[in-house]
Amino acid sequence: MSFQPHLEKCKGSIREVAVGAEGRIGGESTFPFHLWEGEMPNAPMIAMEVYDEPQPDWPEAVRKVYEGVMDDPVAWAKKCQDELKADAVCLQLRSIDPNGTDASADEAAETVKKVTAVLDIPVFVYGTGSADKDADVLKKIAEALPDENIPLGPVDDSNHRLVGAAAMGYKKPVIAFTSMDVNLAKQLNVLLVQLGVPEDKVIVDPTTGALGYGLEYCYSIMERDRLAALLQGDDKMQMPIFNNLAPETWKAKESRVSEEEEPTYGDVETRGILWEAITATTLLLSGTDVLVMRHPRAVELVRTAIEGLQAQSKEQLNNE
Amino acid sequence: MALSGLQIFKLLPKTNCKECGQATCMAFAMQLAAGKAELDKCPYVSDEAKAELGEASAPPVRKVTIGTGDMAVTIGEETVLYRHEKRFEHMPGLGVLITGDMDDGEVDSLLEQLKQQEFNYVGQTLRPRVAAIKADDGARLAELAARADEKAGAALVLINEDAAALKAAAEPLKGKKPLLYAATGANYDDVAAVAGELDVPFAIKADSLEKLAELGQKAIDADFKEVVLDPSSATLGDVLMDQTLIRRAAVKQTFRALGFPTIGFPCDMTDDKMQEAVFAATFIAKYAGIVILSDLDPARVMPLLYLSQNIYTDPQRPMQMDQGVYPINDPNKDSPILVTTNFSLTYFTVSSEVEASKVPAWLCIMDVEGQSVLTAWAAGKFVADAIAPFIKKSGIEEKAPHKKITIPGYVAQISGELEEELGDGWEVQVGVREAADIPKYLRQMSKN
Repeated sequence: MSFQPHLEKCKGSIREVAVGAEGRIGGESTFPFHLWEGEMPNAPMIAMEVYDEPQPDWPEAVRKVYEGVMDDPVAWAKKCQDELKADAVCLQLRSIDPNGTDASADEAAETVKKVTAVLDIPVFVYGTGSADKDADVLKKIAEALPDENIPLGPVDDSNHRLVGAAAMGYKKPVIAFTSMDVNLAKQLNVLLVQLGVPEDKVIVDPTTGALGYGLEYCYSIMERDRLAALLQGDDKMQMPIFNNLAPETWKAKESRVSEEEEPTYGDVETRGILWEAITATTLLLSGTDVLVMRHPRAVELVRTAIEGLQAQSKEQLNNE
Repeated sequence: MALSGLQIFKLLPKTNCKECGQATCMAFAMQLAAGKAELDKCPYVSDEAKAELGEASAPPVRKVTIGTGDMAVTIGEETVLYRHEKRFEHMPGLGVLITGDMDDGEVDSLLEQLKQQEFNYVGQTLRPRVAAIKADDGARLAELAARADEKAGAALVLINEDAAALKAAAEPLKGKKPLLYAATGANYDDVAAVAGELDVPFAIKADSLEKLAELGQKAIDADFKEVVLDPSSATLGDVLMDQTLIRRAAVKQTFRALGFPTIGFPCDMTDDKMQEAVFAATFIAKYAGIVILSDLDPARVMPLLYLSQNIYTDPQRPMQMDQGVYPINDPNKDSPILVTTNFSLTYFTVSSEVEASKVPAWLCIMDVEGQSVLTAWAAGKFVADAIAPFIKKSGIEEKAPHKKITIPGYVAQISGELEEELGDGWEVQVGVREAADIPKYLRQMSKN
């Protein structure tokens, strides 16, 4: 008997969300890179991190890349765009942390303004996860940059009204954050849409676990998100997925501990880069649309993986 | 087409003899239907029933074992496409390619690495187990295979196009179950004959799934059970497509000719070693049974082993840590005491933050069946009248008699009650909600 491959017919597709001036994410009508049975009009976007204050605790492997620009987010962002050829930038507003520098909303908005002014590529803006402070800051940013199409996050169930209203007023996409749970993710999408946020302005952050630190939870939640969105056609789950992975992978002990301390672990720089690249690749396979990444070599490895995944010999399917 | 449990039951002896290990014939039938039992377990099943059931009772992806002892690699027996549906059964066997043109020093150092390399992660020992030996010269193939067996006890993949060369290398080691690689359209009959004679598994290889299925059907017709598939995918996209369509064929279509585990060679896809690791990750996440690398640099093997563990861990059963007191950063009698649950992710996140803080501390890990703090609290497991006896019995008072303990910020509401339950002058402090804030919390605490 000859072999007829089983092809999945999807009922639904992921919404396409515009980011920045010309960026597009999402739009898939099939599972990640299943180009033999559907379309993936936009390759996953890699947003390189820029921080608004120096990160002295970073491991050497990443610290040395950004030495000289760490205290200047504008120079840092330009480096990502011009030298590292980033698709996009994710501005991580670490300075607004109430337990840290506690910079004001005005200061943060000023930084975002300066950074977006020098960039042509899309900018994602991410707070620290302190719901009240993030709400203040993200609202202010929406007001201060009325013409920039910058996705703002994280928005959670406790601040979604405040940030959602501002985002609606100034036509900004929002990044809806939930804590590793398919149902909570759906619920927050429903809340945002009920509030009036257009469905094509919602991106979801399902919580990203690093390799060895919960990656499998995140992997399965993303797979379930996509099954609901594509096979069941659940329109409250058809949002592009954003994975803020770099802060997680570079925090992992395995990315940081030196070969002197752990002689059986091998070279720490290779390990750190692969911790990031392999986490990212696993997320590519479970449905990511935006990967927030740090090390340029890891970005290069993942870009090559994306190109590789896009190259498929569809002609071998005999039922086409 | 797969039979239902009831259809299978009708073909069984219905004596409830229990010799298959199940309580009743019905229970055995259900296990067969779910692909969780083999028909061979029933000593009394009739030949007619066997013929009828043979097809239906085999797992959708056949089980294959390569190697013996600690280094044995068992793959296959998979029943789902997505790990949340049930779980993935057998982690892929990771291994290294050893070629005929390597000098003995290089070969020995790879074998030594293969023998020694292991990583401990969440209480499991993870290691590479496979040596794939590739040599055009038959004598060299046999020599390297014997060496890999002797020096590393490795599970072997023997690579050669010539059935006679495969036979010569495999025969002295046939008890070690080496995998013969590979039978193709050109040499299928010869390689299959050797595999049959030596009773060892063999791989079939073709450049399209259709041709692969033809060879798979030949193997099934000759009653071979231990077969491994190589769809020889050209690009990473083809890897994803081939692996996905093979797994679908097995579990959704019960298409037996592709109902075998697979082997992949990321070592042949690129010269960039780090890129190779990223490609290998794709094989691991996407169903491959054996994955061959070009060397065993620990900085590249370690993340791949962790990934195998992550993907193949049972999603229904959270990974747990053992209950107990964990010293971090060499604590003493004045060091702070923290308590949290034994969900492995909670433990890892908390302990890595405590470690990063450089503040010495005692971390008390309480057994709540592997639930996170909030879940365990909601389930009544991480509550004052359970935590207090755990702390009292944990022996922490001997190690650090200061009677101050920090609880996770998410369970702030139990602090008063816990203080009461502990009594005896204990003071309960409410810590932070997010692990990321632990270093700051500990540093402030140690300043006071």
